[in-house]
Amino acid sequence: MHGISKEENEAMNAFHILQKELLGISAVWWREFKVFWREKSRIVSSVVQPLMWLFLFGSGIGASLSVGDVTYRDYIYPGVLTMSVIFGSVFFGLYIIWDRKLDVLKAVLVAPVSRISIFFGKVIGGCTDVLLQVAILFAFSFLFPSVNPWGIPQALLILVVTSIALVSLGLALGSLLESLEGFQVISAFLIFPLFFLSGALFPVDEKLPSWLHGLVKLNPLSYTVDGVRGALLGINTYPFLMNLGIVTFFAAAMLVLGSILFSRMK
Amino acid sequence: MAIIETRSLVKTFGKIQAVRGIDLAIESGEIFGLLGPNGAGKTTTIGMLCTIIRPTSGQGMIAGFDVAKSPTQVRRKVGIVFQDPTLDTILTGRENLQLHARLYGIPASVRHLWIDEMLALVDLRERADDLTKTYSGGMRRRLELARGLLHRPAVLFLDEPTLGLDPQTRARTWEYIRKMAQKENTTVVLTTHYMEEAEAMCDRIGIIDAGRIIALDTPQNMIDMLGGDIVAVRAPRPPLEIIRSLPYVSSLKTNNGELVITMKSAHLHLAELLSLIPQVASVEMRKPTLNDVFIKLTGRDIREDGTENNGSWVETIARYKQRGK
Repeated sequence: MHGISKEENEAMNAFHILQKELLGISAVWWREFKVFWREKSRIVSSVVQPLMWLFLFGSGIGASLSVGDVTYRDYIYPGVLTMSVIFGSVFFGLYIIWDRKLDVLKAVLVAPVSRISIFFGKVIGGCTDVLLQVAILFAFSFLFPSVNPWGIPQALLILVVTSIALVSLGLALGSLLESLEGFQVISAFLIFPLFFLSGALFPVDEKLPSWLHGLVKLNPLSYTVDGVRGALLGINTYPFLMNLGIVTFFAAAMLVLGSILFSRMK
Repeated sequence: MAIIETRSLVKTFGKIQAVRGIDLAIESGEIFGLLGPNGAGKTTTIGMLCTIIRPTSGQGMIAGFDVAKSPTQVRRKVGIVFQDPTLDTILTGRENLQLHARLYGIPASVRHLWIDEMLALVDLRERADDLTKTYSGGMRRRLELARGLLHRPAVLFLDEPTLGLDPQTRARTWEYIRKMAQKENTTVVLTTHYMEEAEAMCDRIGIIDAGRIIALDTPQNMIDMLGGDIVAVRAPRPPLEIIRSLPYVSSLKTNNGELVITMKSAHLHLAELLSLIPQVASVEMRKPTLNDVFIKLTGRDIREDGTENNGSWVETIARYKQRGK
C-alpha cells in the first residue's frame, strides 16, 4: 500500500465520522423544523399568549403603575420575551416524553448516530422554534415606544443562550420522566417559579422583601431578564457581559447534564 | 462466511436469564425465522444483535463487526422493523424516508433516487406525500419495510412483522418482504408466532424456548422429523397399547383429553386404526405443522403461555427487571 499513511487514514476516518454525525444532527434539526412548521396553530398560540400578557395584563396594570419614566407595558416587554423563551424551550424539551410514548424516537435512537448528536440536533431544533417565536415578538417592538431597536441583536444573543440552556434542561427532565404526569409537577415547581423569580414582571431592587430578593438573585434567568432589559430599555443592574457570562455558564452546565441524561435514557 | 454469528450469547436481567447461551450461524441471503412463545427470548436475542440491548456475555458478530465493541458499524449494516409502529406520523411517507436517509448518512446524490425506488417497491408512490397518520395499518407496515431497507443493510431484522394485521394484509406483507429480500440479496431474520407463515417464508428456523435454541433446521426437515401425519381422536377408552404397537404409528400422546397419534401415510391406515378404537366421538387428520414440532419438543403449545406482553423491547426489559428483583 502506497500513498496513504496510517495517520492520514485515521484523519480521514475521523473526518468521515464527523461528517456523518453532523448529517445526523442536521437530520434531527430538519425533522423538528418540519414538525414546527406544520403545526401552525402552535406558532400562532405561542405568539398570541405573550401579546396578551403585554396588551391585556401590561396595559391593565400599567393604567395605575409605571416604572421610572417607562410605562409598565414597555417595562415588562423584555420579561415577556424571556417568558416566551422559558415556556417554549422547556416544553419543547419535555415533549420527548410524548415522542417516546409514541415510539417516534425509537427509530432515531437505533440509527448509527451517537446519542450526543441526536441530543444536539434536538437542542438546535428547539432553539430554532423558540427564536422564530421571539422574532415575531420583536416585529411588534415598534408598538413599545421606549424600546431601542438597536438593542435587539444583543437581546437576541442572550435569549439564544438562554434557550439552549432551557431546551437542554427540558430534554434532561424528559429523559428521566416516564410519563406525562410529571409534566404538571414540573410546570408548577420549576417553570412558574423560574418565571416569577426572574424579575420579568417587577423591578428587582431594595423594595423587595429580602427572601424574595435572594431567590431572584439565585435564579439564572434573572440575568437574562436584566440583560434583555438593559439592551432594549437601558434599565439594568449588572453589566451586559456579566449577565451573558452567567447565562452562558448556566447553558454549558445544562448541555452537559442534558447530554449525560439523554445518553443514558432507555 | 456466515453474515451473523453468535457464540454463547447470554443476557440476564437481574436474576432472570432471558437468553441462556445462543450459538447461531446465519448465511448471507438466508431468510431465518426465530420461533417461540412469548418470553422465550426472541426479542432479547434480536435486540442484542441490533445493538439495542447489551449482551451480558458471549459474542455476536454481524458482517464481521462485534455487536458490543462496534455498535455503530453494526447499526450501519442492519435494518430494523419494530413490532410496534415507529413512523413519525406528523411527517409524510417521503419525509420519513428522508429523515432515515440522513440519519444513515446516505449521500445526497443518491438519496432521492433510492427513496423513489423504495417507494415504488412497496407501492406507495401515489401516497408518498401524504402524512403517514392517514395511512392504513398495512401501508404503515410497508413504509416501515421500505425504511428498514433504504440504507441497503446486509441484514434486515423483522420483529413480528405481521402482528395485528388482517390475514390479507399479512399475506401481502410477506410478499413484499420476499421481493425485497431477493432484490438486494438481504439476509432476513424474523420473529413470529404465526407458525404457518414461518413455514412458508423461512429457509431455516430456530426454535427458541426458555432462552435456548432447542431445534435448528429447515421447516420441512423439522416436520419430517415428526414421522408422518397427525390424527387426533376423541374416544372414551382408547386401547393405547394396541395402537402403540401398530407398525405405522410413530408416536402417541394425550393432549387435553384428545389422543394425538403421529403416523405414516394416514390416508392408507386410518380406516384400520379407527376400527380398533371403540366409540370414536370425533376424528381429525392433518398434516403436521411447526406447532406440532414445538409441542413435541417442549410438551407445550406455542400459543399457550405468555399473553402477558406483545414482546416490545421496553415491556420485555421492564418485565424481566421486575421479575429479577
